[in-house]
Amino acid sequence: MRIKSVLTGILPVIAFVILWECIAQLNLVPRYIFPPFSAVMIEFYHLAVSGVLLDNILSSLFRVLAGFLLGSAAGILVGIVMGSKEFVNKSFHPIFSLLYPIPALGWAPLLMVWIGINELLPVALIFLCSFFPVLYNTITGIKGVDRGVIKAARTLGASDTKILTTVVLPLAIPNIFTGLRLEAGMAWRVVIAAEMVAIPTGIGALMIRSESLLRMDVIIVCLMVLSVMCLAFERFFQFMERRITNEWE
Amino acid sequence: MPAIELRNIRNHVFSNLDMKVLDGELLVVLGPNGAGKTTLLNIIAGLVDYEGTVLFDGVPVDKVPANERQIGYLFQNLALFPHLDVASNVGYSLRVRGKRREEIAEEVDELLKLMKIEHLKHRYPKGLSGGEKQRVALARAFATSPEVLLLDEPFNSLDIGMCKCLRREIRQIQRELGITTVLVTHNLADAEEMGDRIVVLSGGKIQQVKSNEMLFKNAAVDNGNRSQRFHECLHCTIDCYCKRKEGDYESADSPACRM
Repeated sequence: MRIKSVLTGILPVIAFVILWECIAQLNLVPRYIFPPFSAVMIEFYHLAVSGVLLDNILSSLFRVLAGFLLGSAAGILVGIVMGSKEFVNKSFHPIFSLLYPIPALGWAPLLMVWIGINELLPVALIFLCSFFPVLYNTITGIKGVDRGVIKAARTLGASDTKILTTVVLPLAIPNIFTGLRLEAGMAWRVVIAAEMVAIPTGIGALMIRSESLLRMDVIIVCLMVLSVMCLAFERFFQFMERRITNEWE
Repeated sequence: MPAIELRNIRNHVFSNLDMKVLDGELLVVLGPNGAGKTTLLNIIAGLVDYEGTVLFDGVPVDKVPANERQIGYLFQNLALFPHLDVASNVGYSLRVRGKRREEIAEEVDELLKLMKIEHLKHRYPKGLSGGEKQRVALARAFATSPEVLLLDEPFNSLDIGMCKCLRREIRQIQRELGITTVLVTHNLADAEEMGDRIVVLSGGKIQQVKSNEMLFKNAAVDNGNRSQRFHECLHCTIDCYCKRKEGDYESADSPACRM
């Protein structure tokens, strides 16, 4: 049964790779425009061995982690305050409602002027991209906690702070993790875009340089790396969420 | 244990409600859905806003927050913490009061033994049956060493056998510890078996206060008010009960008695 389900997942991927290789080998279009899978893998090997790929992945990874951690932490903290204090929620909700719909990359021109084209730019963009969804998911999680269990905690002697830390936050975790999981992938998309536009290092910068040299094989390698990183980030948070809530959810 | 007195209580349900619960007694508040039974418990617990005065042993507690009223409250929906296992649920009040880990473990074990649920210690609420959850919630309420115990429809979701068993056990523990207890229910059998005195509450007003025996022998009812049908139903159900004696109890909410 397990073998069958694994095969069901892998077979289409293998079929896709074979089809890609066959079409590319027919030379219907020049190889530099549409390289075969084998050529992409060879280029992947060269980039990996030379260290170019790793250097660029690490540059992007650092920016993603910095922006994502700061943005998420801020989103969770502000979300906790807004979710638990109604007057704060009412005061800030209109401002955040206006800012939330702006795509993270929409801030890029403004931030380029305000903070310059440097390492801080992608970090700031990822911060904005992570902050709002995590904020809203945290507020939703906190407000969604059953009032009954809060009353129960109160009659059992818990202060407001204890109720927050021992009941409300643990029960809001599934919602908070939903926000983190959704934005983990989005952070990679934003960093690639920022690097393409303004930063000379990282996976996005490697892609834009390769485009000017018509190195489609390198671009495809970068896209594969991007895909794996997005997936790995999302799965990490999915795994953590399951680990934390599996026993009781 | 403190006697409870409610003086001139007013809020969205009650207008000038006065009520007394004697020291160590188990008072049953009987009434149909929407009569204000849960609101009454929430007022005693300090969980809702109200005007008027609640006194414990003659001392007003209106300014005492719910977490300092030393109350054990069994909620109608039980309100177990889904993210905590049974031991942590039961030991929650001890943990938030800063007791040492060893003390908590010891007291939790005692309570689990008292409620006969030692085997559920490491299980989570989602995997428990209705009766097991009820016992966990009771153990959790007793863990606060309550001076006042509030029970909101405690046998609602249980089968008759489990009901009878739990009624006996709660009554026994309550008598042994002498905890002043208010139990609200719409079920006459709960009222008869558990209560020292019974208050009939309807439409936010107290209609009758009787000793258990008096209410069930005489079943006097008022007519001509908006709770008439409930009283008719109460009358009918008490009569039914008296005739059957050993039969199943009928609830005031049973289809025959729908208002």
